[in-house]
Amino acid sequence: MDIEKYIASGILELYVAGSLSESENLEVLHNAQQYPRIQEEIEKIEQALLQLTEASSGSLKKPAFETIIPNVQESEKVIPLKPEHKTPWGTYVGWAAALFFGVGLFWFYNQNQDLENTIQVTKQNIKILNDTVSALETAVTDTQKVLQMLRDQNTKVVDLGGQIVAPEAYAKVYWNQEPQKVIVDTQGLPEPPDGYDYQIWSLTLEPLTPTSLGVLSDVGQDGEQLFELPNTNASEAFGITLEPDGGSETPTLEQLYTLGTTAP
Amino acid sequence: MDTNTLITQFQNGSVQAFEKLYEMYGQNILGVINVILKDEVRSQEICQDVFVKVWKNASQYNASKGRFFTWLLNIARNAAIDELRSKSHKQQQKNLSTDYFVDILETEEADTPSLDSIGLSKVLNGLKDKCREIISLLYFKGYTQKEVSETLDIPLGTVKTRNRNCIAQIRKNCDL
Repeated sequence: MDIEKYIASGILELYVAGSLSESENLEVLHNAQQYPRIQEEIEKIEQALLQLTEASSGSLKKPAFETIIPNVQESEKVIPLKPEHKTPWGTYVGWAAALFFGVGLFWFYNQNQDLENTIQVTKQNIKILNDTVSALETAVTDTQKVLQMLRDQNTKVVDLGGQIVAPEAYAKVYWNQEPQKVIVDTQGLPEPPDGYDYQIWSLTLEPLTPTSLGVLSDVGQDGEQLFELPNTNASEAFGITLEPDGGSETPTLEQLYTLGTTAP
Repeated sequence: MDTNTLITQFQNGSVQAFEKLYEMYGQNILGVINVILKDEVRSQEICQDVFVKVWKNASQYNASKGRFFTWLLNIARNAAIDELRSKSHKQQQKNLSTDYFVDILETEEADTPSLDSIGLSKVLNGLKDKCREIISLLYFKGYTQKEVSETLDIPLGTVKTRNRNCIAQIRKNCDL
């Protein structure tokens, strides 16, 4: 190997620059170990570079070694970072809160529904009670009206006695000529068979002329017992007959239940 | 104590050996960084970072990879070039020229060189621009032979010989 030629090639300068490939680096290292002349040349090149680089620092002073030491000692204490498998409590708590909130919301919704239903039922009850009250008020008013009429001195009480078809039956007619109306009390009449209603007639006797005052529908224990009807006739008697539903033009005398005259 | 023994002790974790190596090469590494960054304050900071890195990566050095100084040089210029590319540095250094050693030389000439070292103007005495150029690329920018060849548009062989001649001039200036 021609050492001088090898040196003159400039490869050693590149070796110091760090510009060679790994295999070239190894080759230079082996040659340097083998030939002191090459080793010496490398060191001189490096010396030249050290002169150049030191001069390049100009008036700058390198930092005190002590300024590197704290960092160095710190770096020695570096603990390898373990991957932390930290329980993500934040996430858990977040989800738990969300779930709790959701359940709570559902519960409140149900509560609200129940309350709505209760309010509806209560409203219904109140309506029923109101209806009952107004029905009772009406009944009371009616009763008071009847009572008022019964106590009126112009009211004539006519007793209607049972006839052949119903000897036990009776009825009463309260006839007031001042507002010209009658109240018929049917308490003493038996319940009419299906398809039949009672009908009340005003009678004049000479000649016998019946005039219908009205049909007494739904007579019975659970039905109506008092009927208020207008009567503009100069009645001499009142009779109640059983007629087919809706009443008849003329009374069916065979089914005359009660009869009474107005004369005392 | 020779350098190889120091390097071995340093690699075994001796802070004393590390300090001696720092005394040997610290100023050089600072110089390399300063040439690249042209920023004295940042250069000192990066120099600290480089030696902390050198200590941390001590085990990675291997003689088969080259000279110990070359290894330091490589770490230093990588750190300096990284800094150069960083955003903060770019913002500070917008208007600076990239002329080889010119800025450093101007600074150097204004100051009195320290007693134990030769001034940059003397080291670079008589060095042509093309020498400053090739030395800058190879030693301060870490270009490979091929990259220099492409950048300067000269044959591969010429890179080696021209660089040798340029280094020879520096050696002559320094009596080496």
